[in-house]
Amino acid sequence: MKEYIGVDGYQALAKVLHKMTPDEVIDEIINSGLRGRGGGGFSAGKKWKICKNIKAEKHYVICNGDEGDPGAFMDRSIMEGDPHGVLEGMMIAAYAVGAKEGYIYVRDEYPLAVTHLEKAILDCERSGLLGENILGTDFSFSIKIARGAGAFVCGESSALMKSVAGEVGEPRATYIRSVVKGLYDEPTVLNNVETLVNVPTIIRKGADWYKSIGTKKSTGTKVFSLVGKVRNTGLIEVPMGITLREIIYDIGGGILDDRPFKAVQTGGPSGGCIPESMLDLPVDFDSLTEVGSMMGSGGMIVMDDTTCIVDVAKYFLEFLVEESCGKCTPCREGLYQLHKLLEKICSGKGEMSDIEKMERLSENVMIGSLCGLGKSGPNPLMSTLKYFKDEYIAHIKDKKCPAGVCPELITYKILDNCTGCMACIPACGYDAIEGKKKEVHVITQDKCTKCGACYAVCNFDSILVS
Amino acid sequence: MIHITINGKVVQAKDGEMLLTVIRREQIDVPTLCHHEAVEPSGACRLCMVEITKPEWDGWCDYVTSCLYPAADGLIVNTHAPKVNELRSSILDMYLARHPKSPEIRQLAAEYGVLKTQFEEIVDGNNCILCGICTRICDTMGFHAISMVGRGHGKEVAPPLNMAPDACVGCLSCAKNCPTNYIEYNVSNGNLSIWKKDFKMAACKECGKTTITKEFAEYLSKNRDINIDYFENVTNVTEKN
Repeated sequence: MKEYIGVDGYQALAKVLHKMTPDEVIDEIINSGLRGRGGGGFSAGKKWKICKNIKAEKHYVICNGDEGDPGAFMDRSIMEGDPHGVLEGMMIAAYAVGAKEGYIYVRDEYPLAVTHLEKAILDCERSGLLGENILGTDFSFSIKIARGAGAFVCGESSALMKSVAGEVGEPRATYIRSVVKGLYDEPTVLNNVETLVNVPTIIRKGADWYKSIGTKKSTGTKVFSLVGKVRNTGLIEVPMGITLREIIYDIGGGILDDRPFKAVQTGGPSGGCIPESMLDLPVDFDSLTEVGSMMGSGGMIVMDDTTCIVDVAKYFLEFLVEESCGKCTPCREGLYQLHKLLEKICSGKGEMSDIEKMERLSENVMIGSLCGLGKSGPNPLMSTLKYFKDEYIAHIKDKKCPAGVCPELITYKILDNCTGCMACIPACGYDAIEGKKKEVHVITQDKCTKCGACYAVCNFDSILVS
Repeated sequence: MIHITINGKVVQAKDGEMLLTVIRREQIDVPTLCHHEAVEPSGACRLCMVEITKPEWDGWCDYVTSCLYPAADGLIVNTHAPKVNELRSSILDMYLARHPKSPEIRQLAAEYGVLKTQFEEIVDGNNCILCGICTRICDTMGFHAISMVGRGHGKEVAPPLNMAPDACVGCLSCAKNCPTNYIEYNVSNGNLSIWKKDFKMAACKECGKTTITKEFAEYLSKNRDINIDYFENVTNVTEKN
């Protein structure tokens, strides 16, 4: 806590409590253009304004720390590394909307984040930054931690609030927004960790300073979790509007082994794959949505030519089938059937009519599903079908996996440049390779399970995957 | 009172009343599988989805579950728009793949032109369509004896830990309101069994015919202030089997 105060921590809280009215705080945040970092991209200040203007006995502020996208760990690092920043953001939000109680919903897989937040809350309580009459004003606020139980869907606002209230985390119809009727049916502001942590800095340095970073409609910076086939992986904080090319080639240092770039997947399981032709796309909320992907919470998975796009779509669909809460039919059954169709294509049994079937089903799942998980669930499939249809057709018509990934569609062959070193023979766990020293080895196709072990140990590029 | 337009006809509705209520009052047939008047709507089956628009929406329209969408003045509703029909038959197709043996699903799917599913059939599946009517009724009754367990495609309705539920009184509300008659129960020799739990039935003092389970009779007697004798007269309580 001392360290946080040492870098101007809680200065913003003192400023709002002593010098600003709640409306002024809201106007400042609206003016800063801060948009929800959890994926939706809704104006944070406008959300607060709607919530504040609803007359109710209680208002709540919830911080969404249920980061569930595979490969994304931006919020974890913020909660672990800067817990006071999150708390201060929540306090300012609470002051602005008139909330007395707040919750931080942290996924249970983040024990260190919970420990650090607990310590930060305790420190604040002891020093009078949380509790009654904070900093000698009329403002009182307390924060509790609610731990998730491992369901991806609980990152969805209405499911999250049910989970906080102790019920099963199932979403409800969103015709009434949670900002109007949220936790315990009271108006609730739900903001993502990264959104809230931006708030103290905006208050301290002003909306105009914040607006000077990023683009006109997507202001400020965004943290991405850059992973996949790039040289430098990890968390990066970049100004909005930076191009994908800059992220991948300048910050990421290019593709591993200088292989050709194939696609980048943004937005997590509900996002989409963006092809090479769009590498100069500026990274902001609206541009990503336009091309059929989304900002999401900031996952960014880079793929090279050894990644099979159909396999990628299958992977994300499998994740979503697993994580669907199962309440509504299109998401529960529709995503399951989409995954089945992708399995069929990857195993070489696909038919051309399956593509049309998937397109129709995807559209119905998107329109028909209850919550965002189902509505955006077909995105990984739709975006890859849009930009990489050829690869689907190769799987279906030619029964080939161009990237050499789908086991049922590839063969391993030993080329004539084999030196006969015998390294691959023991590597094969199925006795599929025969050969004598200094003679070209041969793979018995019937025995080959396409595990790739021989390919991995060969030092002479003598094994061809096709 | 407000006015909304359903399929071209202007009708009256109460402000905030759910669209499905208005639609059904107008005797328009919109299928549902998870709707039950006695419990809160849930929006699970998605079959009651309709197309809505307003003049000021500039031709843009939305697709919403009518069971959960409150009527608002000036709303224009189309219960059988092409996209809605397509959506319904697609959902029924998904149901048919999952529950190919359910006569109720087959009949409803056939009404929407789906005679055979285009998807992969789940041959060893059961007929529970996960509509949640049973669990919601059980909750509304105040018993909370069964609930949804698990998630996604493997979700199921079950009592806690899959053991005979303490809270169940054998009222049979779950079984009798199941749209696909999936919930099994057995009545014989003055005994009733459901959810792996056995109950003794109360019997008519006059004719000896069984009425309801003794636990249910006790529950009602205690909570609704009715003398327990009331349930031991078959003219008061007719077992509808």
